[in-house]
Amino acid sequence: MFGFTEEEVKRYSRHIILKEVGGTGQRKLREARVLVVGVGGLGSPASYYLAAAGVGTIGIVDSDFVELSNLQRQILHRTDDIGRQKTESGAERLHALNPGVSVVKHAVKLSKDNVTDIIGAYDVIIDGVDNFAARYLLNDACFFQKKPLVEAGVLQFLGQIMTIVPGQGPCYRCVFPEPPPPGSVPSCQEAGILGAVPGVLGTLQAAEALKLILGIGKPLIGRIIIYEALSGSFREVRFNPNPRCPLCGERPTIAELTEYPFECGVQQGADNFTVNER
Amino acid sequence: MDETKQAVTVDREIDLKGEVCPYTFVKSKLALEEMLAGQVLRIIVDHVPATRNVPRSMENEGNEVIGISQINNSDWQILVRKRE
Repeated sequence: MFGFTEEEVKRYSRHIILKEVGGTGQRKLREARVLVVGVGGLGSPASYYLAAAGVGTIGIVDSDFVELSNLQRQILHRTDDIGRQKTESGAERLHALNPGVSVVKHAVKLSKDNVTDIIGAYDVIIDGVDNFAARYLLNDACFFQKKPLVEAGVLQFLGQIMTIVPGQGPCYRCVFPEPPPPGSVPSCQEAGILGAVPGVLGTLQAAEALKLILGIGKPLIGRIIIYEALSGSFREVRFNPNPRCPLCGERPTIAELTEYPFECGVQQGADNFTVNER
Repeated sequence: MDETKQAVTVDREIDLKGEVCPYTFVKSKLALEEMLAGQVLRIIVDHVPATRNVPRSMENEGNEVIGISQINNSDWQILVRKRE
């Protein structure tokens, strides 16, 4: 029926019932390829919901191994997985949830030499990285390759998310042109994170990616949603493309991929902030 | 409702006897999605709540329910025209 097996009709019935999804939308999800960069605090819920939703191909990028201190927030991995490559335990978990999706493991550290090839095979990219080097590299690579990027960052009790679609709105550098100077921000380990915060943001990232694939609703283009767990509030900050953006502005100064030294932490903006922890 | 049954041409029929909600609607919807606008789907069900739920859901999605009628002791038919 509509190319679905009996099992798929039942598994995806709550999607199919939705007017905005239906069999047509579910088929789009099956044909879609989404890359989740980092299967930590953000990438865990993001990839888990994508697998549950029946996104046909899910790529996961991570070069790390599961550590005990990850498990307070990185819900894709279990205590038994400590010491395993995150792409291994992650792929196993996604497959266990939904054997109908294929998971492609990229057990590598993102670099300017591999990022273009890796993102090239995917329709939507989800940023779940824990450092500025990878964040800027991914933003720039997605801009050059014209790939939609669902960007999020979290720290302590705060999280933020924005969707970047090249040619349709601002990029990450429009808001934060350059990474903060090394040493100017607290490190991930110093700053801490409430485990459920990346859970909220990673789930929002999955919802944004599904919207982009289905072509429904209004993506978070030119809008940052900021979640503050302590006050229990969400707020939206709107912003326009920056004509002086070094990447997508009128006179861009960045013409090729650059790698910044590894640094993770919080970035303070004028009316804004961006945060980094996975 | 019986007179409309005579007047319309059924383009496709789906037998959902033995199915319960929400799969009666899910499968009807999938069948309708494969059809062209304006075409008529005849849905056969034996799960009585489906004779209320399927037409309501079909109308919520903008389709036209042409008729609901009992065709024998256990079975009902629902005629739906796909929205333009």
